[in-house]
Amino acid sequence: MPETAVDIRALRKAYDATTAVDGLDLRAAAGEVTAVLGPNGAGKTTTLECLVGLREADAGTVRTLGLDPVREAAALRPRIGVMLQDGGLPLGARAGSVLRHVASLYREPRPVTELVERLALADFLRTSVRHLSGGQRQRLALAVALVGRPELVLLDEPSAGMDPQSRRVVWDLVTELRGEGVAVLLTTHLMDEAEALADRVVVVDHGRAVARGTVAELTSSTGVVRLTVPGGLDAGALSRELGVPVRTSAPGQYVVEASGSPGLVTAVASACAAQDAQITSLDVGRRTLEDVFLDLTGRHLR
Amino acid sequence: MSAPASPARRVLAQTRFEARALLGRSEQVLLALVLPALALVVLAQTDAVELGLAGGPRIDVVAPGVIALAVLATSFTSQTIMTAFDRRAGVLRLLATTPLGPGGLLGGTVGGVLVVQVVQVAVLGGIALALGWQPHLGGVPAALIALVLATAAFTALAMLLAGTLRAEAVLGLANLVFVLVAAGGAVLLPADRFPSPLAEIAALLPAGALGEALRSALGTGAFPTQHLGVLAAWALVCSLAARRWFRWF
Repeated sequence: MPETAVDIRALRKAYDATTAVDGLDLRAAAGEVTAVLGPNGAGKTTTLECLVGLREADAGTVRTLGLDPVREAAALRPRIGVMLQDGGLPLGARAGSVLRHVASLYREPRPVTELVERLALADFLRTSVRHLSGGQRQRLALAVALVGRPELVLLDEPSAGMDPQSRRVVWDLVTELRGEGVAVLLTTHLMDEAEALADRVVVVDHGRAVARGTVAELTSSTGVVRLTVPGGLDAGALSRELGVPVRTSAPGQYVVEASGSPGLVTAVASACAAQDAQITSLDVGRRTLEDVFLDLTGRHLR
Repeated sequence: MSAPASPARRVLAQTRFEARALLGRSEQVLLALVLPALALVVLAQTDAVELGLAGGPRIDVVAPGVIALAVLATSFTSQTIMTAFDRRAGVLRLLATTPLGPGGLLGGTVGGVLVVQVVQVAVLGGIALALGWQPHLGGVPAALIALVLATAAFTALAMLLAGTLRAEAVLGLANLVFVLVAAGGAVLLPADRFPSPLAEIAALLPAGALGEALRSALGTGAFPTQHLGVLAAWALVCSLAARRWFRWF
């Protein structure tokens, strides 16, 4: 059993009348990437802020690297690297001086030049943070989070505002951290990010965990058959015909919630023929995290 | 394995960062050095403003007042605005998760202000000496005490405003206070140049008390007990209030 880096039990946090986190349990282990996946407003950011001592829990226990993040903050801070959603970088300073400044707060920081190279920061080191693009700021914020050789890295929506190349760089770096035994906890509302990076996924909605497990565990319970019928079809009739749930994922897009056996595919095709519905594509596959999430909450992630 | 730098190194690093932020921006340099230097030269060399002096060179009255104004500009006006916008941008939140922590952040902020004030006193004092200023050397210790107490009061007041109000409100308020105090607060000009009760009120406010203390100490070598008492009281009250109400994020 890997060492527990994050241990949250029955966390509750409310702001005035709004309950942001409502009885959340969450664990993350060293050497693993844990993704907290959920729509905006699910309580992801609040949870992360409680983990790093920026907010205090109303109820429940929060242990970060075995420490109380509020009362033992001084011992915890040197051991974590944090990337906040709004960046939190000083806007007036140059990118390079921000990174060197945070490096100087540690005894043996990662060499700044190495991070500059890995995250391709060289082109804008002398630019003030105010004038960086969203993706450049995110890369700088990640470098700031990693420069102190943290044991636990907490990333709030790390690839927000990034172009595809930058996302790839970030994903590679996160994978490499896991290989070094670092615990990585990231929040995201992007399913492909969770699927690409996470060893474990915790799906949250309305401040509580609605599912958890590896991506494979969450998605492999049953298969699905995806249909595109541009002219539309009667999903209720199809469902009655097949005896399995059928939902409309988008106009003209349907998901049959059953493993795509040869028999089922034939039944789908003939049921559509009976409705005189023209199928333009039919895809037999695994459920995605989006399917899981829709199943659990009846809502789209984004 | 991650390990923090020593607390002293962290505060020094933050001091350097803050001082560079204060001195590396043209609008800050304008406020901290260029405007006070201009005020120094204009007030000392021309009769544009009637000082109503009973004799003695104008520079002996003008120099302490301009230094007081420069200290106010840095430790109150600049600091309030910078902290308010840093707070809004989440800078304080992010730094609070690094080994610096809130305590180091505060130490570095005060350190940065002090560094800039050493530069201000050296530059403005140097110009004033070149213009013929002859400060009373016996009053230098009292003047330094006044500067430290005033810096504590202004910085604490800056943190209090920046830590409780919206950034836009802070921007307007800090500039308004600076202009009002500079014009009518017994900073540049002695309190007795103002009508009663403005004179008495101004001397009880920290900026006026600083101006009076510097003029008294450096002009006559007297120990300005009353003005230092006013500054100490403001420093204490503002620090306690900032501790109580300042929100880092």
